[in-house]
Amino acid sequence: MNDPLLEIDDLRVDFDTRAGLVQAVRGVSLTLGRGETLGLVGESGSGKSVTAQAVMGLIDVPGRIAGGAVRWNGMPLVGEGVRRRPRRIWGREITMIFQNPMTSLNPLMTVGAQLGEVIHLYLGLRGAAARTRAAELLDAVGISGASRRLDQYPHEFSGGMRQRVMIAMAIASEPRLLIADEPTTALDVTIQAQILELLAGLQEKLGLSIILITHDLGIVAGLCHRVAVMYAGQIVETGTVDDIFARPGHPYTQGLIRSTPRLDAVEDRLVSIDGTPPGLRTPPEGCAFRPRCPAAQAACHAPQRLASHGAGHVACCRAGVDAWDVGAA
Amino acid sequence: MTQARPHRPLRALLAELWQDKPAALGLAVILAIVAMAILAPLVAPYDPADQSILSRLTPPVWNDRGSWEHILGTDNLGRDVFSRLIWGARTTLTIGGLTCLIAAGIGTVVGLWAGFMGGRTDSVLMRLVDIQVSFPGILLILLVVGVLGPGMWTLIIVLSVTNWMVYARLVRSVVSSTRQTPYVEAAEVIGCRPSRVIFVHILPNLVSPLLTLLILEFTNIVLAEAAVSFLGFGVQPPDTSWGLDVASGRDYLFIAWWLVTFPGLAIVATVLSINLFANWLRVTTDPEEREKRHARTVAARRRRRGTA
Repeated sequence: MNDPLLEIDDLRVDFDTRAGLVQAVRGVSLTLGRGETLGLVGESGSGKSVTAQAVMGLIDVPGRIAGGAVRWNGMPLVGEGVRRRPRRIWGREITMIFQNPMTSLNPLMTVGAQLGEVIHLYLGLRGAAARTRAAELLDAVGISGASRRLDQYPHEFSGGMRQRVMIAMAIASEPRLLIADEPTTALDVTIQAQILELLAGLQEKLGLSIILITHDLGIVAGLCHRVAVMYAGQIVETGTVDDIFARPGHPYTQGLIRSTPRLDAVEDRLVSIDGTPPGLRTPPEGCAFRPRCPAAQAACHAPQRLASHGAGHVACCRAGVDAWDVGAA
Repeated sequence: MTQARPHRPLRALLAELWQDKPAALGLAVILAIVAMAILAPLVAPYDPADQSILSRLTPPVWNDRGSWEHILGTDNLGRDVFSRLIWGARTTLTIGGLTCLIAAGIGTVVGLWAGFMGGRTDSVLMRLVDIQVSFPGILLILLVVGVLGPGMWTLIIVLSVTNWMVYARLVRSVVSSTRQTPYVEAAEVIGCRPSRVIFVHILPNLVSPLLTLLILEFTNIVLAEAAVSFLGFGVQPPDTSWGLDVASGRDYLFIAWWLVTFPGLAIVATVLSINLFANWLRVTTDPEEREKRHARTVAARRRRRGTA
């Protein structure tokens, strides 16, 4: 592959809370190529969103970057050695859309005015030219009657429409990377499919790279090229979508896939992974998944490293073992 | 360190206050001033009303003509400025404190009622506020004082009656927006009684804005009291207050600067200390802000250790 667009190298994010130090991200390393879609999956509190926020420079007190680095085109973006905050990159080359489109738009400004602000800031267009561009953008994200919609306020848009507006704002600066933090969680399933289709279409047209944060494996399977599975602030498995779904190496990934309901199997109950993720105030030694893992052995107490495996890279000494007696698979 | 916290809440709280040096200093100054006011008869070297024409307008001790007899000098009637400062603290703190509390009490009740009930109740109460706001305060003060006669308690009542509206407006606006939030609606849906909704779910949201407003208003009240006293309708001699001393020292500003300076400084010190402490208190009552402050303290400590 060509030079990576984004490199995350051993990133650590700590939160100083009154109850003690919480290590939300514990040494995450990732690379993302041009035009690639990476799915970042994991359950709530696994550090997906914090990783994305770190890339966007959005970590604020009580959190802080405790170590590691993020490089953009080989240039340091986050971490030690970064003097001036590179504003030109955030918002212009890397943009982000959030989980809740209901609160991400200013209720006092028309949609056109908010889009116009971004267009003016990054493309230097004003007046009629900016308006034309704004209408084009709304059109591109599939909002019909764009020129009429520009004069409306956010409350006149439905949730799905607002998320489309957010996407339009995010692609207005012609970015090269779009980070989507659970973009469809607040939307219903049909709208969800439309939004994902839209993202896939935009990616093809604009050559975008996308980091898609989600806990929905179905979305990952449909949209992403590669997957990184996070657990307790660490990446436990990365690989191409096909490989990971066909041959998940880490017991946690196996568990996740097992607990996703399937259309072709009639089951009375949804299966789940017993137990809860460890608290990150005192992160466990060795494999963080050990207490919930049916295949755990003594060797799992030792620190785990990402090691090459048939299906990409896995951090688990028991990689490839069928941890769950998966009857269906 | 973290494990010891739950066992001794007061001690942990004081340790937390100590992390914020200005706030700790503020609390210390407030306590000192209050102690000084309470112990005035023991602390003050002279009777604040004792006149001595022979030693009038003596400058403070560090001045060439000053003497240790009157540390902060004397006023135009030869009264000891230091003693007047100590006795004045009583009146000023009582009037400022009580007026703020009474006005805030009335205003909060009216605001909660209007904001929570909404509709016609809201309209009627807020029009009352509008009328009272548009009515010139000084006229009302003169009227009431004319009927009740001047004095400290009259002043407290009058100033409360003319200053509660701002609290009512603030509280109402916060309440009517908090009322729309999902957690208040949820509390109503699961069957909380209105009193519980108001006191458990809405009132805590008011702590931070009310605290801020109270401090701003305290300064206002101290100055209003000075103005009314200056007109002869407020604190009556031989009683004294900081405001009255500032007001009456104004005529001697160019020949005896100490008459306005020391009571003025006393007001500044009090208000500033309350501000510093209240700022800490406001953050402490807000769980999220409290976490952020903790993180900043930890970061600062780490930085200090890093450079050392």
